[in-house]
Amino acid sequence: MSELEQLRQEAEQLRNQIRDARKACNDSSLSQITAGLDSVGRIQMRTRRTLRGHLAKIYAMQWATDSRLLVSASQDGKLIIWDSYSTNKIHAIPLRSSWVMTCAYAPSGSYAACGGLDNICSIYSLKTREGNVRVTRELSGHTGYLSCCRFLDDSQIVTSSGDTTCALWDIETGQQTTTFTGHTGDVMSLSLSPDSRTFVSGACDASSKLWDIRDGMCRQSFTGHVSDINAVIFFPNGNAFTTGSDDATCRLFDLRADQELMMYSHDNINCGITSVAFSKSGRLLLAGYDDFNCNVWDTLKGERAGVLAGHDNRVSCLGISSDGMALATGSWDSFLRIWN
Amino acid sequence: MYDKGAARGVYIHWSSCFAEFWLVLECTMAKNNSLHPNSNGETDDSPNMLVYRKMEDVIARMQDEKNGIPIRTVKSFLSKIPSVFSGSDIVQWLLKNLCIEDQVEALHLGTLMAAHGYFFPISDHVLTLKDDGTFYRFQTPYFWPSNCWEPENTDYAVYLCKRTMQNKARLELADYEAESLARLQRAFARKWEFIFMQAEAQAKVDKKRDKIERKILDSQERAFWDVHRPVPGCVNTTEVDIKKSSRMKNPQKTRKSVYGLQNDIRSHSPTHTPAPEAKQPTEEELQEQIKFWQAQLDRHRLKMSKVAESLLSYTEQYSDYDPFLCTPDPSNPWISDDTTFWEMEASKEPGQTRVRRWGFGINEVLKDPVGREQFLKFLESEFSSENLRFWLAVQELKKRPIREVPTRVQEIWEEFLASGAPSAINVDSKSYDKTTQNIKDPGRYAFQDAQEHIYKLMKSDSYSRFIRSSAYQELLQAKKKKSKNLF
Repeated sequence: MSELEQLRQEAEQLRNQIRDARKACNDSSLSQITAGLDSVGRIQMRTRRTLRGHLAKIYAMQWATDSRLLVSASQDGKLIIWDSYSTNKIHAIPLRSSWVMTCAYAPSGSYAACGGLDNICSIYSLKTREGNVRVTRELSGHTGYLSCCRFLDDSQIVTSSGDTTCALWDIETGQQTTTFTGHTGDVMSLSLSPDSRTFVSGACDASSKLWDIRDGMCRQSFTGHVSDINAVIFFPNGNAFTTGSDDATCRLFDLRADQELMMYSHDNINCGITSVAFSKSGRLLLAGYDDFNCNVWDTLKGERAGVLAGHDNRVSCLGISSDGMALATGSWDSFLRIWN
Repeated sequence: MYDKGAARGVYIHWSSCFAEFWLVLECTMAKNNSLHPNSNGETDDSPNMLVYRKMEDVIARMQDEKNGIPIRTVKSFLSKIPSVFSGSDIVQWLLKNLCIEDQVEALHLGTLMAAHGYFFPISDHVLTLKDDGTFYRFQTPYFWPSNCWEPENTDYAVYLCKRTMQNKARLELADYEAESLARLQRAFARKWEFIFMQAEAQAKVDKKRDKIERKILDSQERAFWDVHRPVPGCVNTTEVDIKKSSRMKNPQKTRKSVYGLQNDIRSHSPTHTPAPEAKQPTEEELQEQIKFWQAQLDRHRLKMSKVAESLLSYTEQYSDYDPFLCTPDPSNPWISDDTTFWEMEASKEPGQTRVRRWGFGINEVLKDPVGREQFLKFLESEFSSENLRFWLAVQELKKRPIREVPTRVQEIWEEFLASGAPSAINVDSKSYDKTTQNIKDPGRYAFQDAQEHIYKLMKSDSYSRFIRSSAYQELLQAKKKKSKNLF
């Protein structure tokens, strides 16, 4: 047997052993344990605000930590900072490249970031002395489109890219401090853990990976989906995360059990998921779909608890404010809606 | 100039479209080919294929002879309307055969399938499902989106042009189509003669067809263009997320030419075509994989029941703090237009619910700026605040710009760890030695070990004292203070 063949067999054997080890932990399932749990009942949310102003598809949004401001990015080549409560636009920032795919708000509220087909993560200072908004850094280094970016703090940002890698950048120097390699497909999304020590990424290779921010190592890898993973989000306690995929399912993975706990799907849901978010307690999972709707799932029981219909085109992004009060959805119909 | 012979030789392959239709039907009823990632982890098909396959499975059931939607020919004023069924028929079938709760959901799912062109209203360009007597027809599999159609504007021009040549009221151009035709005529002015000739050839072949068959094919062709060139204002379901568009340009699979010369009939449904051979990993890659999997095998895994319990208790504990489950006190500003809740959060005087949360664990105190402040105040009253101050300083260090890090590391060392430090903290010798090494080459994580040790100390000692303290208990019992002054 050739060396290659031997190695292949060894790898296959290890994977089987891991699969067995995971199975050995299945003394029960999440749905069995929550069978007797009271259901959350029918969740009905109404649109409380509609943010109008973008002229083309909205691709991304993120709440600021104050739970009122939010940033959105659109193919009309603009980044808009909104006061979502009053619906006023605080800033309308023209972008150098209109092919923007992601945007982020720094926890301090002083910076925003965005990027896309230009392969660059541009950092904008929102609180300059002159009062205007300008680019303070252009982080280049990725050899593929920028699919997602998230600020750790004002000095560091994590990005994911179509070049199959993720990176941690030092904004001041513009350098990549750490590169996270391992995915074999475009990385579409990332989510920072609540303690900011790790993050999870989802990619077009149908796998999601947990990375240690400090040493760049992949700590765990999860499979289960059968198509591109478009979105990932950590469960509020940092011990689990959910992914949304083009295979029309969302799945909950647990870090300590090292496997999938629950799948959220329905025979009538025949389209991909673009975005996912948890309510403050984690009991509700909200997911945005290609069929213009948002579905609300009972995280623990796996049942659909509600549908949010209102957009006239695909829901491309969504997020829940840090105080858990409001859900914001962004769509290809160029509008953002605030629901609760 | 242009070879008339070639134009006349344009092959229309839809005459066999019905034969293909039945072939596809058989295939979709057969067991599905799973779309699993190969050993490299790549899924070679376009991400939409899975979705198309799901829809096509439903379509196949809808077309089933026994349990599907009854298709009939309706006698109208002077002619027959072949091969139709009503919108209500579709809604009823969906409600009966899929687990759909209500008419709204059935309409939503049906409209999605119509928008992709799997069935269409025979008298409307707008592809939605209506729960009434509107007539619908199935699309021929030749035109299904799973064939990866990307029809070009030249084809659209041929199509619109040939429509003007046929003297039928039902084929008259709508306003937006007439506008498109005018635009295309300007854009393709140079090759218009060629386009015209193709259109003529198409029209000629169409005329030769059986009248009934023609009605059906004309409507299917129109529905195809309604998907790829939708009515202005309608959603274009063929629009692809730009992140995916580069991956979807698979030249072997994309079909661009509707009226072209190629004869590329598929013998079976593209969603059930087996994926091509995948790239095999190299020796080096396998070594890496083995190392990783070995480490994974050695990891300690928790039992499912334990993990589930932990998730359950977390959600239960925090459900009072989830505005989607529990109405916030005094109200949700988004609903009541009263921002009192936010004003209270911003104030230095924490409410009872907020104080109660600090009791859930040390992280809740450390996360909340007011909690940190109260914790610090308490420790200072005991003259034991150095641990918390050290922890806070190290957290702040991690967020500093890299050029400020070395100085700050030195400052923290001097304050808390150096011999004779004014706020000396007690760390175990291992962490102390490691830290002494780290500060020689100071980075953001220089105090990581020491910080973890101090965190554990605080958790087991200072934090529990804080929660038991009278200061905390008073805050917990405190009556809700009025947020607005009366005078």
